[in-house]
Amino acid sequence: MRHNNSGKRLGRNSSQRLAMMRNMVTSLIQHEKITTTDTKAKELRKLADKMVTLGKKNSLHSRRQALRVVRDRATVARLFDLLAPRYHNRPGGYTRIIKLGNRQGDNAPISRIEFVEELDPANIKVRKTAKVEEPVAKVEAPAAEEVAAAQQEAPVEEAVTEEAGEVADEPEEKAETTVEAETSAEAEVEAETGEEKKEDQ
Amino acid sequence: MAVPKRKVSKSKKNLRRSHDGLQAPGISLCSQCKEPKAPHRVCPNCGTYKGKEVIEQKEE
Repeated sequence: MRHNNSGKRLGRNSSQRLAMMRNMVTSLIQHEKITTTDTKAKELRKLADKMVTLGKKNSLHSRRQALRVVRDRATVARLFDLLAPRYHNRPGGYTRIIKLGNRQGDNAPISRIEFVEELDPANIKVRKTAKVEEPVAKVEAPAAEEVAAAQQEAPVEEAVTEEAGEVADEPEEKAETTVEAETSAEAEVEAETGEEKKEDQ
Repeated sequence: MAVPKRKVSKSKKNLRRSHDGLQAPGISLCSQCKEPKAPHRVCPNCGTYKGKEVIEQKEE
């Protein structure tokens, strides 16, 4: 059972672990991306998200709480003024971990952890075009279907009128109503009645 | 000292080793350069991941 067990100890005692996490989150805020081992990146992700949450609160209290972890005023200022406002619409998940492969030397799996970039114009453009394109496609698709349906209905109606014409003594009114029939269902009904009358004669 | 009473037959030896086979590593193709790469990893050839993430610029 892994009850009450969370997090990795990373082969350190608690003080060394805390010191390392402080160093890593400080570097991450300063450089926006750092390269480290997979396991450390996954541990750092938790702390980094919490720091951004503190930054989004943007109160004196939260700033002092952040300073308890990141003991550098300039870095905390960067977190509060630059990074946190970027994520005012994002409910968590501020970091991205990309696995890079194994390190030469000890074959340790290495990954890059970085803050999700929303200021990157390339990313914003992709999202906007994707949202715009979807509704347009949806609007166009039904319209095309309607046109196709109308084209399919037209020949049916013509065929019905021809049949009606072939039946010698068919009343003209009947033929006119067949032409006016708009839906294919009605056209089929008319065709059936026409055939029945053919058989009668 | 405890000692085996019988020589292990070829059959028993092979049955014991039936679970010892090696598995080939999973390989996927880079969506950018179509080179084989490890799945869920940055492509070592072109340095991209999921199409756009240009990670390593090791231009020589």
